[in-house]
Amino acid sequence: MNEADIRERARAFRAGHDPADRLAFLRARFDAGLAWVHFPTGHGGLGARRELQRVVDKELGDVPQLAPGKMAIGLGMAAPTILAFGTEEQKKRFLRPLWTGEEIWCQLFSEPGAGSDLATLATRAVRDGDEWVVDGQKVWTSGAHHSRWAILVARTDPGVPKHRGLSYFVCDMRAPGVEVRPLRQITGEAEFNEVFLTGVRLPDDLRLGEVGDGWRVAQTTLMNERVAIGGGDVRRGGGMIGMVADTWRERPEARTHDLHQRLLRLWVESEVTRLAGARLRAQLSAGQPGPEGSGMKLAFARLNQELTGLDLEMRRDEGLGYDDWTFRRSEAVDFVGRDPGYRYLRAKGNSIEGGTSEILRNIIAERVLGLPSEPRVDKDVPWKDLPR
Amino acid sequence: MTDLLYTQVEEELRAAVRDVLADRCPPAAVLGRIETASPYDLDLWRTLARDVGVAGLLVPESLGGAGASAREAAVVLEELGRAVAPVPFLGSAVLATSALLAAADASAEAASWVRRLAAGEVTAALAVPFSASPYRETGDTVTAGGDGALSGRVAAVAGASVADVLVVPAAGALYVVEAAHAGVEAAPSLDLTRQLATVTLWEAPAVRVAADLAGVRLALTAGAGLLAAEQLGVSDWCLDTTIAYVKERHQFARPVGSFQAIKHRLADLWFDVARARAAARAAADALATAKDVTEDAALPVAVAASWCSDVALHAAEEALQLHAGIGMTWEHPLHLYLKRAKSVQIALGTPGDHRAALAELADLPSPA
Ligand SMILES: Cc1cc2nc3c(=O)[nH]c(=O)nc-3n(C[C@H](O)[C@H](O)[C@H](O)COP(=O)(O)OP(=O)(O)OC[C@H]3O[C@@H](n4cnc5c(N)ncnc54)[C@H](O)[C@@H]3O)c2cc1C
Repeated sequence: MNEADIRERARAFRAGHDPADRLAFLRARFDAGLAWVHFPTGHGGLGARRELQRVVDKELGDVPQLAPGKMAIGLGMAAPTILAFGTEEQKKRFLRPLWTGEEIWCQLFSEPGAGSDLATLATRAVRDGDEWVVDGQKVWTSGAHHSRWAILVARTDPGVPKHRGLSYFVCDMRAPGVEVRPLRQITGEAEFNEVFLTGVRLPDDLRLGEVGDGWRVAQTTLMNERVAIGGGDVRRGGGMIGMVADTWRERPEARTHDLHQRLLRLWVESEVTRLAGARLRAQLSAGQPGPEGSGMKLAFARLNQELTGLDLEMRRDEGLGYDDWTFRRSEAVDFVGRDPGYRYLRAKGNSIEGGTSEILRNIIAERVLGLPSEPRVDKDVPWKDLPR
Repeated sequence: MTDLLYTQVEEELRAAVRDVLADRCPPAAVLGRIETASPYDLDLWRTLARDVGVAGLLVPESLGGAGASAREAAVVLEELGRAVAPVPFLGSAVLATSALLAAADASAEAASWVRRLAAGEVTAALAVPFSASPYRETGDTVTAGGDGALSGRVAAVAGASVADVLVVPAAGALYVVEAAHAGVEAAPSLDLTRQLATVTLWEAPAVRVAADLAGVRLALTAGAGLLAAEQLGVSDWCLDTTIAYVKERHQFARPVGSFQAIKHRLADLWFDVARARAAARAAADALATAKDVTEDAALPVAVAASWCSDVALHAAEEALQLHAGIGMTWEHPLHLYLKRAKSVQIALGTPGDHRAALAELADLPSPA
C-alpha cells in the first residue's frame, strides 16, 4: 500500500465517520487500519511502511487524538511485544483497547533486588494446571494505579542460569492478590508505585512467548522502550530546547555570555540529535528497532538534564520557586504543563528509567561496537545458587 | 524533506573513490610522501579528477561538469578524509570552483576556467587563508592597481602550491591570476597532508571575473558545510581503527576493550559520530537543494560545521589516548589524522564562529 492509497483511505474514512463520539471514532479508526499503519491488517494497521503513518496523522489532524501520556507504556512497549510474540487471540483481545486508550498498561519488570540486572529478578510464577501462581514484589512501576493490564517478567525455573529461567506474562491488574502502593518521588507526587503480587492466579493464555523464553521477549520490550523514550519526532528548535530558547528570548535582562555559550552548544547538540533520530527513523523502514536507539535515549537524557538545569539558571529568582509539592497521584509525566522546577527534577529520571545511561553505554559498546563483555561470574550459574 | 541517507548512486561513487584510495593511498604511502618535495599526490589527483570524475561534480553539464551536487561531493570528501588523502579536492573542486561558478554566468573568462577545472585539465586554489570564514570579509590583503594588476600577500592558502590558477578576492572584487605570475611559497604546515602556502602578488596580471565577493561567501559557506563531510570521514577512521585496536590489544590478560572505562568512552564517541553523520548529510542536502546557498543553507551548514569539527578532533584525540604509546609514534598513521582534525577545526570558521552565527540564524540573541 503506497502513500496515495493511504491518503485516499484516510480521507474516505474521515468523510464517513463522525468524530463527535470520540470512542466510537477511535475504535472505527483502528478497525479501518489507520491506527498504526505498519501493524498488520486486522490489528489496526495495513502492513504498510512505518513512516507512512505521517500521512494518516496529517489527514486526521482535526479529529479526536489519543492522550498518549498514560498510554506510553502500552503504545511504546506492550503493543510491539504483543505484536511480535502474541497469539492471534492475544492480539485480538489486547491491541484495540490498548490503542484507543480504553485499557492502560504498566510495566512490572524492576524489583528491589533487580534493577539494571533485570535478569536476576526473583518474582516467581509456578504452574498450577492451566494457571500460573505469581508471588513477588515489583517496584518503580509507573502508572500501576490506573492500569488495567501489565507486562510482567517472572521466574519460572530457578534451577537454570538467570537469563534462561524467565517467562513473560500479561498480568491482570484487577486479579486478587495485586496490591499497588504509591511511592512519592523527588518531584512531590507519586507517578510510580510498588506492586505486591501475592498468590496472583494468571491463566496460561496470558503468557506471551514460550515458557523460559521471557528474556528474549523482554528484550523486544526494552529496545522499543528506548526508542519510545528517545525517539520522538520533533521539529527543528522544538521540544525541550524550544522551551529553554523561549526562556532566553523572553528575558533579555538575564542574558550573560556564559549562558549564551552554553545555550548555543546545547542548541547545536539538540539539532544534531534530532537529525540523528530522523535518520534512524528513515533507516528503520519496518521491523524491530536495533540497539542504535540506545544512543538516542542516552542523548535525550543528557540534553533534558542539561537544558532543564540551564532553564532554572536563566530564570534566577523565579528558578528558586516550585509549583506544587503536594503528595498526590500523578496522571503522567508532564514536561510541558508543569513549571521548570518540576522539569529539572523529573529529567533526573531520564537517565535511569528504561535502562540507566551506564547500562546503555554497555549495550552500545557490546552490541553495536562488538567490544568484549566484562568477565561475568553469573553467566553459567543456576539462578538459585547466585550470591545475593 | 531533507534526505539524510545515501542514495544508490552516492554509494557507487563512494565505492569507486574508496577503491582507488585503497589501492593508491594506503597509510604507508601517505606517510612516505609527506616529507618529500611533493606532499600532494598529483598522479592520484589526476586519476580521481579525470577518471573518476570528481573534479566536475559541482559543475553543471552545460559547463562540462557532471551536474551532480554537494551531496556527491560530500561523499567524496568523506572518503578523502577517511584516507587523509593528500589531494587538492577541497581547495580546487569545491572552494575555487564554487567561487568561479558563481561568476560564470556573467564572465566568459570564469566560465572557461570552470570548464577546464571540470575536465580535470587544471587545478585551482581560492586565495584566502584556510582559516577564512563565511562570516568575515576576505580579500583585504590584496590591492588592485589601475591596470587591474594585483599586489599583496595571502598566507596559509590550501592547495596553492599545486594550483595552476589562483582565484583571488581583492578590494571587493574577484580576480583570476595564473599561478605562473604569483610567488607561491610553501611553509611547514601542521597538517602534513594538506600543505598550505603563502601567495605573493607583485603587480600580477589579473582578469576581473566578478565585481563583488558574493561568490566567495558562497564558496566559503559550501566549503564549511562540505568540510563537515571530510571531518566525518576522519572521525570514522579514528573510531573504526580504535575499536579494532582495543579488541586486539591485551593487558591484564584481557582485551583492553573489555574495560568499562574504555567501552563507555567509545560508546559516547560512536553516538557523537552518528550525529556527525546526520549533521553532515543535512548540510550537504541543504547545499544541494538551496535556492540561495548563503541564505537557505546557512543554518544546517553552521550546525554541521560546529559539531563535526569538534567531533573529528575529539575522535582523533580519543584515538591517540586509547592507542597510547604506539599512537605517539611517527610510524603509526594516527598523527596524520590528529593533525588534519586540528587544522580543519580552525579552517573555514572555528566551531565557535559557527555557533556565534547561530545566534542570529536560530534567533538566540547575544547578550547586550
Ligand atoms: C521515573 C522512573 C520510572 C520507572 N518506571 C518503571 C516502570 O514503569 N517499570 C519498571 O519495571 N521499572 C521502572 N523504573 C525502574 C528502572 O528501570 C530502574 O530504576 C533501572 O533499571 C535501574 O535500576 P536500579 O534503580 O535498581 O539501579 P541499580 O541497577 O541498582 O544501579 C545503581 C547504579 O549502578 C549502575 N550500574 C548498575 N549495573 C552496572 C553495570 N553493569 N555497569 C555500570 N554501571 C552499572 C547504574 O547505572 C546506577 O548508576 C523506573 C525508574 C524511574 C527512575
